[in-house]
Amino acid sequence: MNFLETFRVAFEAIVSNKVRSGLTMLGVIIGVMAVILLVSIGAGAQAYITKELTGMGTNLLVITPGKTSMRGGFHPPSAGTVRKLTYDDSQALRRRAWLLTDAVPLVFGTGKLKYRNMGRDIMIIGTTPEFQRVRNLFVDTGSYISQGDVDSKSKVVVLGTKVKEELFGSENALGKVVVLSDARYRVVGVMQKKGTSLGMDIDDIVYIPVTSGQELFDTDSLFEIIASTPRAEDVDRAIAQIKDVLIKRHAHKEDFTIQTQGAMLETMNTILGVLTAVLGGIAGISLLVGGIGIMNIMLVSVRERTREIGIRKALGARNSDILAQFMIEAITLSGAGGVIGIILGVGLALVIPVFVDVLPTSVSLWSILMAFFFSAAVGIFFGVYPARKASLQDPIQALRWE
Amino acid sequence: MLELSHITKIYRMGGVDITVLSDVSLKVQPGELIAIMGPSGSGKSTIMNMLGCLDRPTSGSYRFEGREISSMTDDELASIRNVKIGFVFQTFNLLPRFSALKNVEVPLIYSGVPARLRKERAMPLLQQVGLFERMDHKPTELSGGQQQRVAIARALVNHPPLLLADEPTGNLDSRSGEEILKILIGLNQQGVTVIIVTHDQTVAARCKRIISVKDGQIIDDRGQP
Ligand SMILES: Nc1ncnc2c1ncn2[C@@H]1O[C@H](COP(=O)(O)OP(=O)(O)OP(=O)(O)O)[C@@H](O)[C@H]1O
Ligand SMILES: [Mg+2]
Repeated sequence: MNFLETFRVAFEAIVSNKVRSGLTMLGVIIGVMAVILLVSIGAGAQAYITKELTGMGTNLLVITPGKTSMRGGFHPPSAGTVRKLTYDDSQALRRRAWLLTDAVPLVFGTGKLKYRNMGRDIMIIGTTPEFQRVRNLFVDTGSYISQGDVDSKSKVVVLGTKVKEELFGSENALGKVVVLSDARYRVVGVMQKKGTSLGMDIDDIVYIPVTSGQELFDTDSLFEIIASTPRAEDVDRAIAQIKDVLIKRHAHKEDFTIQTQGAMLETMNTILGVLTAVLGGIAGISLLVGGIGIMNIMLVSVRERTREIGIRKALGARNSDILAQFMIEAITLSGAGGVIGIILGVGLALVIPVFVDVLPTSVSLWSILMAFFFSAAVGIFFGVYPARKASLQDPIQALRWE
Repeated sequence: MLELSHITKIYRMGGVDITVLSDVSLKVQPGELIAIMGPSGSGKSTIMNMLGCLDRPTSGSYRFEGREISSMTDDELASIRNVKIGFVFQTFNLLPRFSALKNVEVPLIYSGVPARLRKERAMPLLQQVGLFERMDHKPTELSGGQQQRVAIARALVNHPPLLLADEPTGNLDSRSGEEILKILIGLNQQGVTVIIVTHDQTVAARCKRIISVKDGQIIDDRGQP
């Protein structure tokens, strides 16, 4: 009996019991859909993070106070460290670590921003003019913080566009005075519109000179120094230079941590990779449950069609013909479920980001192929037992079946 | 053509052996028309299943055209059933989801005849049993007599030399039964070996040879060639 014929027989059996076949397929459809959807959300997050981190500027090095033995990961700023990272450290790096194009000191935190009768909590970053270049965030109107502002600890502030809109609307903000944590600051500039990155609204931040920031947060330390080097090949040598400069200044102790953008990316990717695998695995379990559904229905189907099996055998069907018939039925059920699941999964993965912008997705060919072959394998695995049962029926017993 | 010698068939049920056939010996020549008669439960169907290679004897030998059946594999038996033997059952045993034509085509599927040719070969047989106009009907849309004629067409589609009919008229009224019987006798006249199990004396009377079975044994065998 040729393959096409076996397929036709199996197909007729599936079509003749539409509701049941549909429900059976539903298990596989949901499983495959879940695998594809969750894997694309994971992969999408990975792609998004990579894009955002590299979009911050190239070859960034982040120096934080305190030494952690582990490489990578995140560290809370400066809590209880012996030696602090100071503004002078950042100046020393600028002067002496010649591989670095920038070494930008940073303090940040939240404070209360007030203008007239409006006021709310806001993210404040204290920094220097070079911040614009390192982070690719530029001023739109007015001017950014100048080195003079930093040196003289000026009370000047640059507003993110959202903050500006909220407080001033279409009014000109330049020259206006706002109150930031009980101190009066003069607005000197408004940033370009940037949107959200890594869950943070870049337009909802205000910038002040790092020296003023230290006063505002009542600290003489920095929270971090962002350094950058123009060429990726120089990253290792730049790290060595930073260490060289800072260790000399810190009584010959390495009491700071340098994270490279690459290492951060790697860490994030590892975390997200594990997350994706876990999500995919959970979805895989639902696919497995779908497979058990197929086996269940196939067993019912074999039982119901015992007489048909007997008739076919009496008319010359070999065991292998019957085996093939039921195997193909199971594989067709799971395969068709797989294809529908892929279509729905890919469709949802493409539609979701349109409506939910915090869930970027990335549909990969390998996840589609994997889901398809997995669902076919489920059909084979869970089809074998019922099909074997069918093929080994004794023709006489099968014919007597009522 | 067929030779059963000292066949026994024992079913084991709940630790008890039930002897259904004991020491059955029987020779059939090509072209014979045979009726098998006997009370219910005497083992007629069991003999037919044995002859039709659907069942294997517990002991004894069965030679089909000189070849020993008990030494054959399942696949070889399937092939003999497919090509050498046509079955007609009391309960018709058509596939309910298929049209009459499709039902007749089933044996051809298993002998590897391509779909296009199957139709060509199945249609003349439906013509022969007078159901050409009904070939697209499902079994449920046919009368009992019509269903049995489809079953005969199906049994003949591979032109087997042996036709086994287990109470083919048992579920039919006398007029339909007569039609079926006429077809079977006509086939025998064309050279097909036909064996019919029947309860009906008038049916048996039209066969040259009558075998009587009782309690799993052949008690009478009249009209041997
Ligand atoms: N699978 C089985 N297990 C146990 N006993 C069986 C089995 N198949 C048949 N028998 C027994 O074998 C005996 C003969 O059965 P068989 O079907 O051959 O009778 P029969 O002569 O065809 O009867 P009927 O005229 O009612 O069709 C019966 O007693 C039956 O109960
Ligand atoms: Mg019987």
